[in-house]
Amino acid sequence: MISLNFVLMLAGILFALSVAGIFLNRKNVILLLMCIELMLLAVNFNFIAFARQLGDLGGQVFVFFILTVAAAESAIGLAILVVLFRERKSINVEQLDTMKG
Amino acid sequence: MSITEILFYAFSGVLLVSAIGVITARNPVHAALFLVFSFFNSAVLWILLEAEFLAIVLVLVYVGAVMVLFLFVVMMLDVKIAEVREGFTRYAPLGILIALIVVAEIGSVVFVKTLGQEVTPVTQVAAEAGYSNTGALGELLYTKYLYPFELAAVILLLAIVAAIVLTMRRRAGLKQQDIGAQVSVRAQDRIRVVKMPPVIEGGEKQS
Repeated sequence: MISLNFVLMLAGILFALSVAGIFLNRKNVILLLMCIELMLLAVNFNFIAFARQLGDLGGQVFVFFILTVAAAESAIGLAILVVLFRERKSINVEQLDTMKG
Repeated sequence: MSITEILFYAFSGVLLVSAIGVITARNPVHAALFLVFSFFNSAVLWILLEAEFLAIVLVLVYVGAVMVLFLFVVMMLDVKIAEVREGFTRYAPLGILIALIVVAEIGSVVFVKTLGQEVTPVTQVAAEAGYSNTGALGELLYTKYLYPFELAAVILLLAIVAAIVLTMRRRAGLKQQDIGAQVSVRAQDRIRVVKMPPVIEGGEKQS
């Protein structure tokens, strides 16, 4: 029997790793997108663990929607990245300061 | 310890190692491949957690489509690795510190909340024969969650349109249809009747 605690801890560690990844690779936009994908995966783990724990399939339906939104998000993100690279010849976050944010 | 548990612990270990690979890989291509590996391991874990349909969707959609898109973009863009890795070690302590804080917080909440109570699944949905995860999920998706499902379809359409519009570019000197001009054209623009004096073939020679 796989315990709920173990799955929750696994998802937590995965989420923490992707947070650390955002700090480590803060210059590279592609790796930032990959870390966001990893974060969404960790969240999906929680949903699936609780869906199994409570015997409620609603959690799995939510994972389905999260997968949809994540796929749309990464498609648009990569499209923006391609346009950005075409304009600036760089994906370094430091150099993307046109808007003076 | 059952075989399910052993498999679960083994695959979660591999998943965490490949996640570390994603965040520390020097080459973005390696990071993308590590991410593929971690998605694959997650699919295995989801099968062990009785979410078979989602596991297959993860492999088909993520490993098959999204990660291929990532690899395309990584290989298409000429990324200067040395330049984007400048601040790697500078921010490593901060990143590790925040990761440890996140783990400690989640761990404390998980273990304090379940202290002294045995956590067992309320219902064993997969117990009865003939149970299909895909069928149950589809039934739920087309009845209770019908409107969110349609919204998800609209979101995907939005993503298609946005990605195409963003990456489409007009080159100079490219021959394209002008649809407005095509629609607004009239018959008299097409044919021009030219009045010309008649010319008799070989008439000049005879005279």
